[in-house]
Amino acid sequence: MKKITLPKLQNENLDEEIVKDSVFKKFFLEVYSLTIFTLHFFREVFKPPYEFNELMKQTFLIGYKSFPLVIITGFIIGLVLTIQSRPTLANFGAESWLPAMVAVSIIREIGPVITSLIFAGKVGSGIGAELASMNVTQQIDAMQVSDTNPFKYLVVTRVVAATFMLPVLVVFADMVGLLGSFVGVNLKGDVSLHLFFAQIFQSLDFNDLFPAFIKTFFFGFAIGLIGSYKGYYSNKGTEGVGKAANSSVVFASLMVFIIDMIAVQITSLYQN
Amino acid sequence: MSTQVQKNIVSEIEDQTGPVLVMEHLKKSFGNNHVLRDINLVINKGENVVVLGKSGTGKSVLIKCIVGLDEPDDGKLFIFGQDISELDEDELIDIRRKIGFLFQSGALYDSMTVRENLEFPLRRQLHSISKDEIFSLVKEALKNVGLDEAIDKTPSELSGGMRKRLGLARTLILKPSIMLYDEPTTGLDPITSKEISKLILKVQEKYNTSSIIITHDIDCAKITANRIIVIKEGICAAEGTYSELEKSEDPWIRSFFE
Repeated sequence: MKKITLPKLQNENLDEEIVKDSVFKKFFLEVYSLTIFTLHFFREVFKPPYEFNELMKQTFLIGYKSFPLVIITGFIIGLVLTIQSRPTLANFGAESWLPAMVAVSIIREIGPVITSLIFAGKVGSGIGAELASMNVTQQIDAMQVSDTNPFKYLVVTRVVAATFMLPVLVVFADMVGLLGSFVGVNLKGDVSLHLFFAQIFQSLDFNDLFPAFIKTFFFGFAIGLIGSYKGYYSNKGTEGVGKAANSSVVFASLMVFIIDMIAVQITSLYQN
Repeated sequence: MSTQVQKNIVSEIEDQTGPVLVMEHLKKSFGNNHVLRDINLVINKGENVVVLGKSGTGKSVLIKCIVGLDEPDDGKLFIFGQDISELDEDELIDIRRKIGFLFQSGALYDSMTVRENLEFPLRRQLHSISKDEIFSLVKEALKNVGLDEAIDKTPSELSGGMRKRLGLARTLILKPSIMLYDEPTTGLDPITSKEISKLILKVQEKYNTSSIIITHDIDCAKITANRIIVIKEGICAAEGTYSELEKSEDPWIRSFFE
């Protein structure tokens, strides 16, 4: 008999099989399941109707609501990195390199990665818990019988919002991180803002900015996708909600490091 | 088939008397668990059919198959006389718009207010409807279930009975021809259960809906049922009115009424 409507991707039976299998097999089945989920995302993302209102709402919730946390974290990172690096550079008489070194560190690596990890903790777990809770309380089923494609409405909007909001947050975190560094430099010195930023821009080039910016789209995509996947397919029950939130953060954080490693390899290929 | 032609066909079929829903040899399994083995069921227009059975006998699966939340493995399902296996996606969506589903938990959207919960299905299904029309439909739906005052509350501020009534209002707002109730009185006190049962009866009388009511609550069955079907081991084991089944010679069937 033909399916009445587009269903949620059915993997309940897969889960039952997974429990019986070894950890090794479980890992590959999970990867397989996530791959199917990702392909389903790409099939749905370009297909009308588009959920613009929900996308705008998620963009606000995911981007704007994460802004204070990201800003505070960025400032502290810049400040601490500067204070910690100063003694080492001072030993080599290279204290004047402090702004340049901190800027390269923040923009190339620490800004994107730390912001992404904070983002995974806040947004990834939030998406995982929210969708899992909707699953448990049959809200996703209710959406489906209301003539709404829940995958498009819930998953596509959140993944797209996470993909485009994380790079914006990283740009702000980098800027505030550099301001934190300026404060750190001036704790034991006297450098004007103009001179500080002049040194920074002298030390940075396109190869520092562009790859670091591009990889944040992939970080955001991975965090949104994994949070949605874990929530959408959580096991029934309240225990599943906690599990979905927890595994979203763990898995998304791990993916951030894996993507970062790949991005660094690719970047170094082009730079050499 | 064009949307207008489909709508005309559905409307014509709706106007007819006789069966609105027919299941023939419906089967559904989850792995080795054969939940529905051979279900044959006919629901007539304007009729309330209560489905009784022990937990895990596939009562909820039965109604989930009707709205497409579960896919039957085998068998035929006719809705308004149309074999749904022969319909394309658009035609199925059109048929399904005539079916309302009240979930066991109410399945209210926690992130939305009462008003937004009711507006959601209207906005999704009636694209050309104006804001004023939406508001008057929302007001009417809330009035029908006695929740006029709760329009700006969130679901978390409502009691269990109010949540059930809101779930019912959300389902009824599109005026479906077939209503599917999944354990509508579970988790409610006897007084609220009776209120919900009477509300189901009121819906049937007011909108002439045909309903399938999945329940363990025998008082609910007594109030709402025109006919009762008892499911045992994946098949329809008994069928009749409340008074007929109450006097059944089969002790297993009688045990539901004791």
